[in-house]
Amino acid sequence: MRGTNAVLGATGLAVFLALGEAVPRLGLVKEAYFPPVARIAGALGDELSDDTFWTALGDTLTGWALGLAVAVSAGIVIGVLVSVVPYLREATASTIEFLRPIPSVALIPLAVLLYGSELRSVLLLVVYASFWQVLVQVLYGIQDLDPVADETARSYGLGGWARVRYVLWPTALPYVMTGVRLAAAVALILTVTAELVIGAPGLGARIAIAQNSQAVPEMYALIVVTGLLGLVINVGARTVERRALAWHQSVRGEVTV
Amino acid sequence: MGALLDVSGLNKVYEGSGRRVEAVRDLTFTVESGELVCLVGPSGCGKTTLLKCVGGLLAPTAGQVTLSGRPVSGPPPGMAFVFQEYGRSLFPWMRVGDNVELPLKQKGLSKSRRGELVDDALRSVGLADAAGAYPWQLSGGMQQRVAIARALAYEPEILLMDEPFAAVDAQTRADLEDLVRGLWRERGITILFVTHDIDEAVYLGERVLVLSGSPTVVRERLRIDLPAERDQLHTRVAPRFAELRTHVYEQIQAAKRGTPAPEPSDRIVDVEDRPVDKS
Repeated sequence: MRGTNAVLGATGLAVFLALGEAVPRLGLVKEAYFPPVARIAGALGDELSDDTFWTALGDTLTGWALGLAVAVSAGIVIGVLVSVVPYLREATASTIEFLRPIPSVALIPLAVLLYGSELRSVLLLVVYASFWQVLVQVLYGIQDLDPVADETARSYGLGGWARVRYVLWPTALPYVMTGVRLAAAVALILTVTAELVIGAPGLGARIAIAQNSQAVPEMYALIVVTGLLGLVINVGARTVERRALAWHQSVRGEVTV
Repeated sequence: MGALLDVSGLNKVYEGSGRRVEAVRDLTFTVESGELVCLVGPSGCGKTTLLKCVGGLLAPTAGQVTLSGRPVSGPPPGMAFVFQEYGRSLFPWMRVGDNVELPLKQKGLSKSRRGELVDDALRSVGLADAAGAYPWQLSGGMQQRVAIARALAYEPEILLMDEPFAAVDAQTRADLEDLVRGLWRERGITILFVTHDIDEAVYLGERVLVLSGSPTVVRERLRIDLPAERDQLHTRVAPRFAELRTHVYEQIQAAKRGTPAPEPSDRIVDVEDRPVDKS
């Protein structure tokens, strides 16, 4: 079954690539805007042998990783605090519901005003967008605490910190993992967006330059790279999730006793 | 010398959303060191509330619980709890051994001492090989054994058990009853066992406290004069067992109807022996 799915997936991709090659060649779309796959692949090859491409990729990954790291740590720490301290959750709920839907891109002017086109601008946008993903999941996760598990911990004399570490955190972990996976994807989108719009160095800025200089195949090649990056990040996040949650129902599956 | 556990005038009222529910009205009883006492009452009579108050998990509205002379205001260090919901009480993210060890870490015991206690406790519930498994890889009965092992390793002054076998099948239940009875006799631990099952209460207990319906009071205190050596096959068909269980059953039925108890409830009752049983 697994093998069949892999074959089907590969066939689908091959057909897609073949169409991408054939449609421009047949003149169905303008070759100037939609270059055939082979030319995009050629441009991609050129990019890969160019040092400045790797610098741009490094910049993008730096923005992504730093932003994600800050957002995840802040989301977890603040999420736990808000849940654990009495009344804090009720007091912050409306503020969170107000701030959360603000699209991060709406903060681009602010970021430019504050930091110009530096890395810090990118980080501001990335952190703002991914922080909520993590925070909200942490809040849900902690709410999922089983009263019996909590009473067990209390009856065996586990103090506040021990309960957070041994009971609350593992309970929330499946949610946290989902939050991190969503945040990782959002962080990549915002990193590229910020580079594209603000012109902070990175793949996004390189796409803008390729477009401005009519280097259409290069532009597509860079878009493909961002797509592949997203794919790798998602697969990586899922792998980490499966490892960390081997004990959880969603991963362990049915156990026959 | 006072009793190990002393519950006096315990009262618990739940208040919320305009409703006032008196779950436990006035409970007074003691458990001596080394005793196995069963609390039995009709379902919904506030047994769990009572046990949570005794265990310091709930604050009583009035009255006092003392353990070894010290008033209980939160979960006391000398108490271990076995819950009915073993699947939720064991942590699925920890292996069996770690589940048993966790409370010992909190006690600040050395690593080698913890290891000894965990091994010993798992061996005494017949799960010496299961330390490396996850709780969810075990059957329900085995999971409840792990929960019992966790309580034993904790070396409590008193073990509180809240309907621990209500969620397992009849055969497993009989095995677990014998396990608890065996551990009690071997280790001389003190157990307060709450159940809704009359047979279980009579089979296990040295004393049975029959509770009234909610709001709960102690309806009767009954000494179980069955021999210390009990087994599922013979004890349960003994005429004396039948008499005692019938007596408790009548009391529970009367409690459900709300008839007042025939005897004053602060006196230990011995059920009349019929002459034929004395031979």
